[in-house]
Amino acid sequence: MRTPIAYFLVLAAMLFSIGTVGVLVNRNALRIFMSVELQLNAVNLTFVAFARMHNDLTGQVLAFFSMVVAAAEVVVGLAIIVSIYRRRRSVDVDDVREMRW
Amino acid sequence: MPLDNVVFWVFAPIAIGAAVAMLVMRNVVHAALFLVLNFGCIAVMYLLLDAPFLFAVQIIVYAGAIMVLFLFVIMLLGVDRSDVRTERLFLQRPLAIVLGAAFFIEIGMAVRAGIGFATKAPDGFEALQPVGNAQAVADVLFRQYFFPFEVTSILLIVAAIAAMVLAQRRVRSVTQAELDDATAAADAEVTA
Repeated sequence: MRTPIAYFLVLAAMLFSIGTVGVLVNRNALRIFMSVELQLNAVNLTFVAFARMHNDLTGQVLAFFSMVVAAAEVVVGLAIIVSIYRRRRSVDVDDVREMRW
Repeated sequence: MPLDNVVFWVFAPIAIGAAVAMLVMRNVVHAALFLVLNFGCIAVMYLLLDAPFLFAVQIIVYAGAIMVLFLFVIMLLGVDRSDVRTERLFLQRPLAIVLGAAFFIEIGMAVRAGIGFATKAPDGFEALQPVGNAQAVADVLFRQYFFPFEVTSILLIVAAIAAMVLAQRRVRSVTQAELDDATAAADAEVTA
């Protein structure tokens, strides 16, 4: 493998930053959720890149665990979004202010 | 130019372009489809990093299951209404972009200080997995990480039950008086 590991890390950093911007800019809960998925994937890419760099399979196993947790998180998060939509006919996070003072 | 370098420089711009397109698309369905493209490119990166098992898992779990769930919920909630694009916070969008760029530069400097841009992966990764990547990952997973693996199964069951409880419609229990009224009304309709 001739591609330097840092290239993958920089790519992951860029994807994570784009995801961060998406979380900060959007108000649609679904879009925010998709940006969070992008961030999770960037972190997984970092895990796998470091696994290759250190010749250690632990990074790949951790990325696998992270995918499992992400799947569970998506299921619960989308269920919450659906139930919020049922209650107030909107997925705009600015409209959900019961837990704000 | 080595082959894996070519593959990287083809798929890395596609991944970044798809991520940016996900942000700027007005239609949520289009944004979700660009996210699928981005996940596919990340799967190719896993292949470059000698992780074919995670390549398959990424495509099956992320591009398959998770994004289908996303698209299903988007369709369920309706996509015809376009998002409100006016800013409610002063300078929210420019500040977010500046902060994201600063974050990227910070990580880039950390990578440069940490491992440098020229460090190549050492040889001998294949020696770790004599019978293949999936078997080697399974070996680590079921020996060193067996207990966390079992805990994730509990997590998945709890998540599935939680999703069903959260998303179900509340069924109001009917009192006997309402039931009698309904039967009476139905009887009156039949006789009339």
